[in-house]
Amino acid sequence: MSDKITFMIDGVEVQAQPGQTIMVAADAAGIYIPRLCAHKDLAPFGSCRVCTVLVNGRPQSACTQPAAEGIMVENNTKKMTKMRANLIEMLLVEGNHYCPYCEKSGNCELQALAYRFGVMVPKYPFMFPNRDVDASHPDILIDRNRCVLCARCVRASRDLDGKNVFQFVGRGPEKRVEVNANARLADTNADVTDKAVDICPVGALLRKRVGFEVPIGKRLYDSKPIGSDIEAQKGA
Amino acid sequence: MPTTDKTKRIVIEPVTRVEGHGKVTILLDEKSKVKQARLHIVEFRGFERFIQGRPFWEIPVMVQRLCGICPVSHHLAAAKAMDRIVGGENLTPTAEKMRLLMHHGQFLQSHALHFFHLCSPDLLFGFDADVAIRNVIGVAAKYPELAVQGVMMRKYGQEVIKVTAGKKIHGTGAIPGGINKNLSIAERDELLRDIDQMIEWGKSAVKIAKDYTVENLEKLAPFGSFDSNHLSIIRSDGAYDIYDGGLRAIDFEGNKIFDHVDNQVYNDYIAEEVRPWSYMKFPFIKSIGPENGWYRVGPLARVNNADYFDSPLAEAERKEFMAVTNDKPNNITMAYHWARMIEMMHSIEKIKELLNDTDLQGTDLVVKGDRREETVGIIEAPRGTLFHHYKVDKNDQITMGNLIVSTTSNNEPMNRAVQKVAEDHLSGVEITEGLLNHVEVAIRAYDPCLSCATHAMGQMPLVVELFDCEGNLLDKKQK
Ligand code: SF4
Ligand code: FES
Repeated sequence: MSDKITFMIDGVEVQAQPGQTIMVAADAAGIYIPRLCAHKDLAPFGSCRVCTVLVNGRPQSACTQPAAEGIMVENNTKKMTKMRANLIEMLLVEGNHYCPYCEKSGNCELQALAYRFGVMVPKYPFMFPNRDVDASHPDILIDRNRCVLCARCVRASRDLDGKNVFQFVGRGPEKRVEVNANARLADTNADVTDKAVDICPVGALLRKRVGFEVPIGKRLYDSKPIGSDIEAQKGA
Repeated sequence: MPTTDKTKRIVIEPVTRVEGHGKVTILLDEKSKVKQARLHIVEFRGFERFIQGRPFWEIPVMVQRLCGICPVSHHLAAAKAMDRIVGGENLTPTAEKMRLLMHHGQFLQSHALHFFHLCSPDLLFGFDADVAIRNVIGVAAKYPELAVQGVMMRKYGQEVIKVTAGKKIHGTGAIPGGINKNLSIAERDELLRDIDQMIEWGKSAVKIAKDYTVENLEKLAPFGSFDSNHLSIIRSDGAYDIYDGGLRAIDFEGNKIFDHVDNQVYNDYIAEEVRPWSYMKFPFIKSIGPENGWYRVGPLARVNNADYFDSPLAEAERKEFMAVTNDKPNNITMAYHWARMIEMMHSIEKIKELLNDTDLQGTDLVVKGDRREETVGIIEAPRGTLFHHYKVDKNDQITMGNLIVSTTSNNEPMNRAVQKVAEDHLSGVEITEGLLNHVEVAIRAYDPCLSCATHAMGQMPLVVELFDCEGNLLDKKQK
């Protein structure tokens, strides 16, 4: 008997290795489950809930939930799409996301999710939080206006760079990404070669002076929606 | 209308077919003579605060949002400024020519929009023709070919912008020290296909403006006209240039006030005056002072200032234009239209020249050199000279921004034009819609971009309100 787990996503049979999450198994099968805080090089964190699926009818985050024999997963259904659109909208109104002049536009995972799930003008009121920019580092910029608190930078700095440059402070609406120094990013040991610098899904953590170097049409999500790379695996 | 022995105040708001919001107030005295006429523009200065703290490389993309009509001008003025921040002001040929192409595309689309959509109804049907036909729909019905040309020329200009900036509106092409793409052969060939058609249409557009002006010269010459200084940038050899050059100012007779002034020291030569009744500042030439130092910018000023156009068709047209005033500067407000069409001709010729230049397929796109912390970028926008002035700190953040947009420079001239037309046409007569339109015709000649916002053209209602000097509403007209 094989040690593979078999389960269903939207009526399609999917196989997983024991211990694999639903998301990893779905990826291998060419089924896209949307995500924001999850990243292939990082341990799952489960904070954004964009990857929420129904497992035997109960909401679970696919990036943390292990696959189990015989479970029925609902992913790409009307109900889930609507719920995800709502989540994306909430993320958009919570920060100051001005795509028209954001250099991450076209390469931004949040914007790409909004396009994929048809979020155009959010129905929730914008919160216009007062957040600041830390431009003290010669090569790296933090614009907290756009931070979605995914903790990718926190995890990458700790787990990939072995540094702990970033950490969260505060709770609820006060929660923000801070640096492990008295005041500014310039006072940390952050370096432009750190893996953490390129891992932000939005335009909150940036390499300086890159700006709009990539022309419109050549950006990551200009021609194909987010998740297309995973869907291209189907049958491969 | 109730009679009153007090001064009456007429408010025209908003000015139709002028992009953005404006308000005209006309004060009549007890004999219904025009006492004072003013154009009020709400200028969005908040922007200069808003950019503080933003990283400098974001600015060329961000500032475009000031305007839905000529965003490319803001994009390029800011990019020119940021070139100096990164020490990359000596652009590679590919970068400079891509920007030039973008800018000429912008002139084509903006001038075509202005002339065909906004102004041709006044010229074709008369200033006081029935409002029901005096609009772009009326033009389309009576002169379908002309309306189609207007639309197609504008579209062509937008296509030029798209291949240089990535999008028809609010693209990203120019970056500090260069450009983010070159022109592919496919993009070039697509544009070359229709360029000769554009040249033909450009010629006929100049002819319409020229014939109209020459035939009606007697009526147009005094209409909203006055002598003024003229300001623009100029190429080092005196040729017309809209992208780069020193500042030139001449007086109403053509005497040079200053010439080839380095953009970086513009504020040694130009200052801005604040007046209590207007949100918008009034720029003036320092050496002459605020009283007489104001100046016109835009097509009329540029054609007056140019020693020559470096393209044959536009240069021939310029000579004819200057001959009307015996080679002295033309100070006729309504001559803006003719000058504008000569410029459009030039932009089409330059687009053709650039498309045939293989430098546009070059791959050397960006240069950088020694950092600077203060910078000025000056460019000619379709509506006139545009000044961008910034300071950037060592963390790459903007600490100061000052913008003088062309509508601000034309603030005094437009007010003069409004005053002149009101005095000449509205004094002591019963005010009709047609007469009020005369005021707008004069404003439209300058093509102001009032609050730099895009509106559906010709859709805004015209509200005319009469007040006495205590602010009581006496009468109200609505178009
Ligand atoms: S800065 Fe970017 S990577 Fe870090 S928590 Fe915020 S959004 Fe996530
Ligand atoms: S991707 Fe699963 S919770 Fe964020």
